[in-house]
Amino acid sequence: MATFSDVPSESFRLSMLINDKRYRAYTFQFIALLLLIGAFSYLGYNLVKNLQSAGLNISYKFLGDPAGYDINQRLIEYDNQSTHWRASLVGVLNTLLVAFLGCITATIIGVVVGVLRLSNNWIVSKLMSVYVEIFRNVPVLIWILIIMAVFTSVLPQPRDFRGANATASMVADSFAFTGRGFYSPAPIFNDGSMVVVVAFILSIAGMFYYRRYAKKALFERGQMLPTFWPSIGILLIPSILVFFVMGQPISLEYPALKGFNFQGGIYMRASLISLWFALSIYTAAFIAENVRAGILSVSSGQSEAAASLGLRPNRIMNLVVLPQALRVIIPPLISHFLNLTKNSSLAIAVGYMDLTGTLGGITLNQTGRAIETVLLLMAFYLTISLSISAIMNVYNNSMKLKER
Amino acid sequence: MVHCSGNYPTVLKSLPLWGTNFCLVYSGQAEHQEEVKMKKSVLLGALAVTGLAAGMASAGTLDDVKARGSLNCGVTTGLVGFAAPDANGEWQGFDVAVCRAVAAAVLGDSSAVEFVPTTGKTRFTALASGEIDMLARNTTWTFSRDVDLKFEFAGVNYYDGQGFMVPADLGVTSASELDGATVCIQTGTTTELNLADFFSANGISYEPVPIETNAEAQPLYLEGACDVYTTDASGLLATRAAFENPEDHVVLPEIISKEPLGPLVRHGDNGWGDIVRWTLNALIAAEELGVNLGNLDSIAGETKNQEIKRLLGAEGTLGEMLGLDAEWAKRAIAVGGNYGEVFDANIGPDTAIGVERGLNAQWTDGGLLYTPPFR
Ligand SMILES: N[C@@H](CCC(=O)N[C@@H](CS)C(=O)NCC(=O)O)C(=O)O
Repeated sequence: MATFSDVPSESFRLSMLINDKRYRAYTFQFIALLLLIGAFSYLGYNLVKNLQSAGLNISYKFLGDPAGYDINQRLIEYDNQSTHWRASLVGVLNTLLVAFLGCITATIIGVVVGVLRLSNNWIVSKLMSVYVEIFRNVPVLIWILIIMAVFTSVLPQPRDFRGANATASMVADSFAFTGRGFYSPAPIFNDGSMVVVVAFILSIAGMFYYRRYAKKALFERGQMLPTFWPSIGILLIPSILVFFVMGQPISLEYPALKGFNFQGGIYMRASLISLWFALSIYTAAFIAENVRAGILSVSSGQSEAAASLGLRPNRIMNLVVLPQALRVIIPPLISHFLNLTKNSSLAIAVGYMDLTGTLGGITLNQTGRAIETVLLLMAFYLTISLSISAIMNVYNNSMKLKER
Repeated sequence: MVHCSGNYPTVLKSLPLWGTNFCLVYSGQAEHQEEVKMKKSVLLGALAVTGLAAGMASAGTLDDVKARGSLNCGVTTGLVGFAAPDANGEWQGFDVAVCRAVAAAVLGDSSAVEFVPTTGKTRFTALASGEIDMLARNTTWTFSRDVDLKFEFAGVNYYDGQGFMVPADLGVTSASELDGATVCIQTGTTTELNLADFFSANGISYEPVPIETNAEAQPLYLEGACDVYTTDASGLLATRAAFENPEDHVVLPEIISKEPLGPLVRHGDNGWGDIVRWTLNALIAAEELGVNLGNLDSIAGETKNQEIKRLLGAEGTLGEMLGLDAEWAKRAIAVGGNYGEVFDANIGPDTAIGVERGLNAQWTDGGLLYTPPFR
C-alpha cells in the first residue's frame, strides 16, 4: 500500500495514455468507441445522402394512405380502403395470434416429449429422440411448406362436400375439415349472455381459490383434499345453471356450405393451422431438449428421496423434479419463444398475412418505401420480442430459488 | 415452392446503406457525386477507411454492362411463353426476347445475359438496388411505379388486362358470379389492387389467398385450395397451357383492368432508358417495315425506304447517338426476328399458349403497336 500511495501525486503526462497500464485500457476503449461512432455515422450519412440523391426522403406519410389491398384473416375491422397503418396492425395481431398459439402448444408438446424422452420404456424414449432429431434438424420453412402441402392435398376441398354424391361430409353436422381450413360452430352472444360470461369468469376465480385452499389445507393440516373433480365442478356447474336460468342466451352458429365456401361459424384458415402446427412442433423439439436437460439437472437423490417417502412417479415428477427443473428450463424457454415469434415471419410462404406479409410485404411493395417499412418492421418485432422477454423474466424471477 | 426464402436479402439490398448502392450509379449526377465524395473524404480522412468508399463513383449503366460483359435482366421465376428456362436450361420467352435483344444491341451477343428470376414482390427492389440493369417481367406500367417508385418504362411490349380462370365444372360464366369465392393472387402485383377494386365495386365478397409465384399458385389452384386464379389474361393463358388438361379450365370473358406490360429501368439514367426503349421500338418498327429474319441481311441494300436503312444502320448515325455502333438494331432483330416473329414463336396462335395478336397488332392492322419514327 505504501508504495502505491504516492502514485496519484505524480503529475499526469500524455504518454501515460499509452505507457501506463492504468490508462491504456481506457485509451483503447476510447479509440474503439470513436471508430464505432465513425463507422456508424459514415453509414448513416451515406444512407441519408444516397436517399437524397435518389430523391427518396424518409417519410411515413404513406401509412395514412388507403392500402388498397384485402387481407383474408382480420382480427380487427379492415377493408381495402383502410390505411396502410391499419393493415400493419392487422398484421401485428396475426403475428401475435400465431405466436401466442404456437408458444402454448410448443410448450405443451415440448414438456411432454422432454419427459417421455427420459422414459424407461425403450420404444417411447427412442421415438421421442427420433422426433426431436428430425424436427430440430430440418429448417422450419421446409416444415411449414410440407405441412401446408399435405394439408391442402390430403383434406377434401369445399367442392367435395357439394352435390348428391359428395365425397366428403361434415363431422356431426357442425365441423368441416377442408383443405382450406377448419370450420366449427361459433357462439352467438344474445341478450343476457353477459351474465353467463361473468358467472364463468367468477367460476374460474373460484376454482383457483379452491385449489389454494386445498394446498393450504395440505401444508397446514396435512389434510389431502381432492382437487380434480371439485375444480371441474366449480368451473362448470354454476355457469351451466346460470345459462339455463337466463334462458339459454348463448346459441351456436353452424357453418354451412353456401356457394363456393362454407359460411358462418368459426373459420381457421389452412395457412394459420399449418403455420401454427409447424412452428409448434419445430420449437417443441428444442423445448423438449431443454426440459430433458432441466430434469437431468435435478440430482437423482431428490427423486430417490421422494420415492422413499412413498410418492408415486408422476407425483415425484410434478411435485419434486419439475419445480426444481423449471429454474433451469425457463431461461432458454424465453429464447425459444422469441425464436418462434420471429420464425412466424416465414408466414408468407403459406400466404398467412402476418406483419411481414402486410407491412413488410404488400405495403412495402406497393408503396416502394423499403427503408421506412423495414425500420418499422424492426421496431415492431423488437417491441414484441422485448415484451415477451419482460413477461417471461417476471415469471422467471418468481420461479427463482428464493434464498431464505 | 421455396423461392420465398430469397426475399429477405433483396429487401435488405434495397437499403442503400452501402456506398455501392443504386443512388450513385446515375451518371447525370456527377457533380453532385463529386460534392458527396469531397465531404466524405473530410469525414473519413481521420479514420483512414476510404477503402469502404470504393465503388461509389459509378459510371452509367451502359458502361457498367459493357465492363461486365453481360446484361443483368430481371425476369419472372417461370411463366412458360414469357420467361422460363427450357429443357436445356436456356431462358426462353417473349420477355426474355427483349433482354436478349438489348444484350445483342449493346454487347453484340444475345447470350450475354444473366437472367435474374424475380417475384412480383422482389422485382422492384432488385431493380432499384442495381442488382439488375433492366426488368422485363410482365410488369404493368402504372403512374405510381413510374413516378413514385422512380422507374422509367421503356414502352409496352404487350397490351394486357386482368382476367379470371376457373375450373370449367364450376359452371361459372361471368366474374360477377364469384361472390364468396376463394381467389389465388400473386402478391405485390397490380392484380391484387384491381381485384380489391373489382369486388368492392360489384359489392361482392371474396377470400384472397396471397401467393408469391406463379409456380406456387398452380398446385393450389389445381388442388382446389382456391376456386379462382386471377392475373393478367396472358399469364392465365400461359399458365393454363402448362396444365395437364387445359380444356378443363375456362378464362372468364371479363377483363377488369388495363395492364400495359413493358420493360423498365431505373429513373435517372436516361441514356440507358433510351437504349432499352429504342431496342424495343426497333423490333416493333421492323415488323411494321417488313424487316424480318429472312431479309435482314439483304433488305438494307435493296430497299429504297430510308427508314429501313436508318434502322439497320446503312444510313445515318442513330446508333452513334445511342452510344452504340451502327448495327445495333440489326443485331437486336437478328436474335429472334421482329416483334411479330418473336410473338409468334413464343406465345402466338401456333404455340400451346395460343394468344391472338388482338390489341398487340400493328396500328396498321387495327392494333395498338405504334412506334415513333426512326429519324
Ligand atoms: N402485371 C401485373 C402482374 C404481373 C405478374 O405477376 N404476372 C404473373 C402472371 S402473368 C407472373 O409473371 N408470374 C411469374 C412468376 O411468378 O414469376 C403487375 O405488373 O403487377
